[in-house]
Amino acid sequence: MEDKTNDKTEVKSAPEAPAGPGGARLFVTSSPHFLNNESVPKIMHTVVLALFPAMAASVYFFGFRALLLYAICIGACLLTEYAFQKYMKRPIKIYDGSAIITGILLAMTLPPGFPVFGAILGSVFAIGVGKQLFGGLGFNIFNPALLGRAFLMATYPVLTTTWVEPRTVQKAVDAVSAATPLALMKFEGKLTPILDLFTGNVAGSLGETSAIAILIGGLFLRYKGYVNWKLPLGYLGSMAIFSGIFWLIDPSKYPDPLFHLFAGGAMLGAWFMVTDMVTSPTTDIGQWIFAITGGIMAVVIRLFGGLPEGVMYSILFMNAFVPLLNKHTRPRVFGAIKAKAE
Amino acid sequence: MGHKTFDRGVHPSYYKELTASKRVERAPLPKTVTIPLQQHLGAVCEPIVKKGDLVIEGQKIGDVKAFVSAPVHASINGKVKDIELSNHPGGIRVLSVVIEGDGTAKEWSGAEIDLGSIAPEALREAVREAGIVGMGGAGFPTSVKLAPPKGKAIEAVILNGCECEPFLTADHRIMAEEPGKVVWGLKALMRATGASKGFIGIEENKPDAIDALKKAVGATGIEIIVLEAKYPQGAEKMLIQAALGRKVPVGKLPLDVGVVVNNVGTAVAIYEALNYGKPLIERIVTVSGNGVREPKNLKVRVGTSFEEVLGLCGGITGEGEKEVLNGGPMMGIAQSTLSVPVIKGTSGITVIASGKIKPEKYDPCIKCASCVSACPMGLMPYRLGDYGLKQMLANFKDFDGQSCIECGCCSYVCPAKRPLLQWIRMGKFFIRREAQRAAAKANNNKK
Repeated sequence: MEDKTNDKTEVKSAPEAPAGPGGARLFVTSSPHFLNNESVPKIMHTVVLALFPAMAASVYFFGFRALLLYAICIGACLLTEYAFQKYMKRPIKIYDGSAIITGILLAMTLPPGFPVFGAILGSVFAIGVGKQLFGGLGFNIFNPALLGRAFLMATYPVLTTTWVEPRTVQKAVDAVSAATPLALMKFEGKLTPILDLFTGNVAGSLGETSAIAILIGGLFLRYKGYVNWKLPLGYLGSMAIFSGIFWLIDPSKYPDPLFHLFAGGAMLGAWFMVTDMVTSPTTDIGQWIFAITGGIMAVVIRLFGGLPEGVMYSILFMNAFVPLLNKHTRPRVFGAIKAKAE
Repeated sequence: MGHKTFDRGVHPSYYKELTASKRVERAPLPKTVTIPLQQHLGAVCEPIVKKGDLVIEGQKIGDVKAFVSAPVHASINGKVKDIELSNHPGGIRVLSVVIEGDGTAKEWSGAEIDLGSIAPEALREAVREAGIVGMGGAGFPTSVKLAPPKGKAIEAVILNGCECEPFLTADHRIMAEEPGKVVWGLKALMRATGASKGFIGIEENKPDAIDALKKAVGATGIEIIVLEAKYPQGAEKMLIQAALGRKVPVGKLPLDVGVVVNNVGTAVAIYEALNYGKPLIERIVTVSGNGVREPKNLKVRVGTSFEEVLGLCGGITGEGEKEVLNGGPMMGIAQSTLSVPVIKGTSGITVIASGKIKPEKYDPCIKCASCVSACPMGLMPYRLGDYGLKQMLANFKDFDGQSCIECGCCSYVCPAKRPLLQWIRMGKFFIRREAQRAAAKANNNKK
C-alpha cells in the first residue's frame, strides 16, 4: 500500500492543524514505536559487574599483582580501542564497556607473575587485531581476549606457563614457581583436592582459579538474562560427560569430571567466553553444537593434547565455525514443514 | 502462566490500566466528516454521490465492483461538501468524501432476528453491503473471508479478542460491555461459513471480559480460550496456533487449515448490521498514551478527524516531540498531521510523548540473538535486516523474509536499537518493486 521505506523523517505539523499546546512537533517513524530498555552498554556493564566476584577472589589469592594486571589490561584495551576508532574515523565508543570486558578477561587468563609489558602487548593485540581490524564490536569472529591470550602464548611461551602459588599457601616469603592443577594432573599424575579448586586456593591464571566466584557472576548474568543457558550448560555438560566416560574406563589414569569442571579455565570459559554474544551462534541448534563440541574438544586437548589446558583453543576453534553454524542451522520458519510436505 | 500460547514473542509493558476500566463513551456528533473511499485492503471505491448531494446517515456513498472490496457509507446526515484527495491514516492520500453535517443523527435499533431464518448467502451479502471489514487494524473485507473458494471447507471460526497491542482496550471494552452481541456475531459468522465450531480467544489479562463472555456463551458450545498475555498473540497465525495447535503453512491462508479469524469488534458490527440495518459507520477507538491528557475509550463516527477525537480527551499534553499513531505502539502508523480521519480500522489513537520516543542512533549488531529468540515466525531478523538494507534480495528471499508478519518484536528487543523491521520492510518493498518491473517488462515484450 504505502511506501514505508523512508528513513526517519521529522514532519512539522501542518499549520491548519496545531498539534496541541506549544504546537508540538509530530515525529514519523516506522513501527514499532516501543522499544525495550536494553542497550549494548547496559549489557556490557552488567557483564563487568558479573566479573567482580572473580576479580575480588584473584586479588585475595594473588594480592596487589593481580590488581596491577587488571588495571594495565583494562587501560591498554581502552587506549587501543580509542586509538583505532580515532584513526579509522569510527565513532568513539570506548564507554560501551566491551573493551573493559576484554581487558578483564585477558588479565584473568594471565599468570599472576606475568610482566606488565607483555600484558600491554596482549591487550593491544586483543583489541587491535582481534576486534578493531574485523570492524569493531559485533564484527569480530574470535573472542578478542582469547585471541590476545593465544598471541601471548606464542610470543611468551615460558612466561605464560610460569605459575605461582597463591598467597594463602605460600610458605616462603618469595613467590615460588608452581604447577597448575592441570599440569600436575597431566605431567605428574597428581590430583588437586576439589575443595581447593572450588575456592580457588591453587596456582593458576588470575581469574580462572576460583570456581565459586565465577559461578556467582555467571548465575547473576543468567538471572539478568544476558547469558543463554544453553551455552554454559552445553559446554560444561559435554565436558563432564565426555571426561566422565574416560574416568569410568580407567579412574586411576583419568581425572574425574568434577576435576575437569573446576580446574583451569573451564568455568571462566563456559560462563564468560563461550557465552560471548558476538562470537557465539545465534540459532538454538547452532548454540548446542557450538557448546557441546567445544566442551568435547577441551577435554580431548587436556587428556591427549600436548598442552595441559584446552579451554582457550577449544573456544577459539569453535568461534571459527560460528558463521557456518549460523548459516546452516536456521530456525524452522513458522508453517514451513507442511509447505514442504505438499 | 500456564495458558495456551504460541512460540517465542515478547512481553512489552501494556499500560492498559490507563483505559481498561473506562466505559465506552459516545463521542458527540462531528460537524464534518472526511470519509476515505478506501478503508480496506483491495480495490478503491468509486464515489456514488456528487458534490452538493444530501446524504443521510448510513447511506452508501462509495462502492466498486470487485470481489475484494467493501463499500463505504455516510456516517452523519448532511450535505456532500467536496470529494477530494485527502490524508489517510495509512500514510497515503486517498479520494475522500467530505460531508458537512446538519446536526441531526439517526437512532439505530431493532429486535434480534432469528439467525436460522437467514440463508448463509444472504448473510454474506448483508455483511458486504454493510461495508464490514476486519476491525483489528488490517481492514481485510469480511465478506471475502466468509466466501471460501470451492473445495475448501471452514471448520472453525475464531473470534480474536486478544488485543495484544499495548495501550489498546477497545476490544476489551466491547467484550466486557456487549458480550451478547459478540456471541451473536460469532454465531452469524459460523452460519455464514458453515463452520461447526466457534472459539473466542482472549488474553488472560482481561478477566472481566472473560467472565462476561462466559456468561453470554452459556451452553451454546462456543469455547472461550484463555491465552497468555504475550505479543503478538492477536496475530492471526499465532492465534490459530495457540488456540487450535494448527500452523498455517508458509504462503497460505487460515482457511487452508479450515479456520477463519475475525475480530470481536467485527462480530459486533455484524450484529448491528443484521439487526439494526446499521452499516459500519461508527467504531470504538481507544485514545491513550503518555501524551494524552485524559485517556478514554470513545465510540467515534468514521471520518471524524484525529484532532477532534484528541480534543475530546483533553488534547495532547507535554512539551517536545510527539508521535501520534493510528493503532498501538507496536504496529501503529505514525501520522504527520492531525487532520486525518478515523477509519474503520482505527482501533486506537496512541500519542507517545518525548522521553518514550525511539532513539535515532543505533549500534552495530552484537549477534545477541534476541531477535531470533523473539521472532514468532522463526526468522533471523538481524540477517534479514542487513539483506533488506543492502538490497541483497536473493539472500532476503532465501532467509524467508517474505514470511515476516511485521509485528516488530525484533526491533522491540534489539539492544543495539537497530530498526530491523524497517529494513525488512525495505527488503519486501524492493522485492515487490522488482516483481512489478519484471511484469511490466514482460507486458512490453508481448506488445
